[in-house]
Amino acid sequence: MPVTVICGHYGCGKTNLALNLALEAAGVGPVTLVDLDIVNPYFRSSDYRALLKNKGVRLIAPVFAGTTLDTPTLPPEIQSIFAPEAGRVIIDSGGDDAGATALGGLSHGLNEAGYELIYVINRYRALSQSPQECAELLREIERAARLRATGIVNNSHLGVETELWHVLEALDFAKASAELTGLPLLYSTVPDFALDGTEPPKGFKAVGRLVKFAWE
Amino acid sequence: MKVLMKGNEALGEAAIRAGCRHFFGYPITPQTELAAYMSKRMPKIGGTYLQAESEIAAVNMVLGASAAGVRAMTSSSSPGISLKSEGISYMAGSDLPALIINVQRGGPGLGGIQPSQADYWQATKATGHGDFQVLVFAPSTVQEMVDLVSGAFDAADRWRMPAMILADGMLGQMMEPVELPEEGGHTSIDKPWAASGHGGKREHNIINSLYLTPDKLEDLVVERYKRYEQVQAAEQRAEEYLCGDADVIIVAYGASSRVARSAVNKAREKGWKVGLLRPITLWPFPTDALKKAAGQAKAFLTVEMSMGQMVDDVKLAIDCRVPVHFFGRTGGMIPTPGEVLAEVEKLL
Repeated sequence: MPVTVICGHYGCGKTNLALNLALEAAGVGPVTLVDLDIVNPYFRSSDYRALLKNKGVRLIAPVFAGTTLDTPTLPPEIQSIFAPEAGRVIIDSGGDDAGATALGGLSHGLNEAGYELIYVINRYRALSQSPQECAELLREIERAARLRATGIVNNSHLGVETELWHVLEALDFAKASAELTGLPLLYSTVPDFALDGTEPPKGFKAVGRLVKFAWE
Repeated sequence: MKVLMKGNEALGEAAIRAGCRHFFGYPITPQTELAAYMSKRMPKIGGTYLQAESEIAAVNMVLGASAAGVRAMTSSSSPGISLKSEGISYMAGSDLPALIINVQRGGPGLGGIQPSQADYWQATKATGHGDFQVLVFAPSTVQEMVDLVSGAFDAADRWRMPAMILADGMLGQMMEPVELPEEGGHTSIDKPWAASGHGGKREHNIINSLYLTPDKLEDLVVERYKRYEQVQAAEQRAEEYLCGDADVIIVAYGASSRVARSAVNKAREKGWKVGLLRPITLWPFPTDALKKAAGQAKAFLTVEMSMGQMVDDVKLAIDCRVPVHFFGRTGGMIPTPGEVLAEVEKLL
């Protein structure tokens, strides 16, 4: 099974999507989630170690994650993602080109093993709100990662204030971004709380809000 | 339209919309996105972004820019603010406005990189050497970060003194939807004191903090303290949340006030009469709001991400009329609503 790599603008919701995908896949077979963010120590998949462990997801995290040791390094076990027993592998990369740089070191292995590189976009995220900005950022990320994106996931949301119309209104932006980058729009997400118990619209995938604030 | 912004970015964009075109900084976690944001935005709008060789250089560049009459700012996190303290004192001694942002992390020393509020004393009592104060604003949401930045620039200009936004790593790093003010809508005031070129039409202005004659220096400091009295009367700000009938009032600012608010909501569900008084200005401290709240409350509980640096200010504000208790976590730990609720229960 190809490795799933998630990249995009920092703060667009990569980690929340990665956690959702990992938990969803956990019901099917073995799953390995790689926290590859060696740039930002806040709001990262390693913060959810207990939740992941509880659901049987194996977590590979940078050595410093969750400590205050400010020397970001990748653990040697990262190479184990190419072994068959790793099962479904999801890589949650750091934001922007800076965060995607760590992917560059894995590009050889990923090219050999096969991968899908999901570019996550969000209509409401400042500085990546237009298809042009998204396309420009994607080029920077691809250059740093030494990989090619294979599809777009439209993760447009406005945090806890997201309503269904926000999500629907962002669809045109997502289609335009897909057209401009020449990538397929794989699907759009909608936070489950915005659905109010109804089914997600066609082409949308319901996601839980797993990345939360400390006081919630 | 609302956009999703990280606290650090929102601080930067708000400063730009408040007319700031001069940013001098140096990277440090958890504040770096602010400098990174400015490095992307400033060149596009004809502004100056400069990564200095050190924090000390950056703050002195702010001093120079401010002396020339423009809105200037710098930002850092705790250890970097200690380095800037000399420059902040020099600006206070030169009656210069400026904006300094502290996205606090755990200390002392290099400490950690997780959020903290342990620079309260530094911000409100000892931002540098000498007799002086700086205005200190404490936002608790990303939207409030936006709103307070323009207010801080305005107040700094109005009173000719440095202003600080005292945030923390959690606020700096978290994403929330914000409504940004219109571009070009900011206020600006004349600065006849600025060293911006006299064109042969007036005496030249001198910006200086060195006064070797003690009686002259005393006069200047005393004049400054008279101004501080006016500031204390005019600039105090606080938010009251369910304080009206509260037996116990939690006093908390910034990120810990978000925790406290959750605790108050949980307490109210249980029928406990608990409120939150949230200082928005830390200097001037909102003494008036606290005095009023002390009229009916039986006890206060300050909740901080420090070892209790605000407790004495609360006691002084209410003349110790009711007991002031404390609960806090430090070193980068954030209190949980459950922990705060347990402390509240002891006081009921």
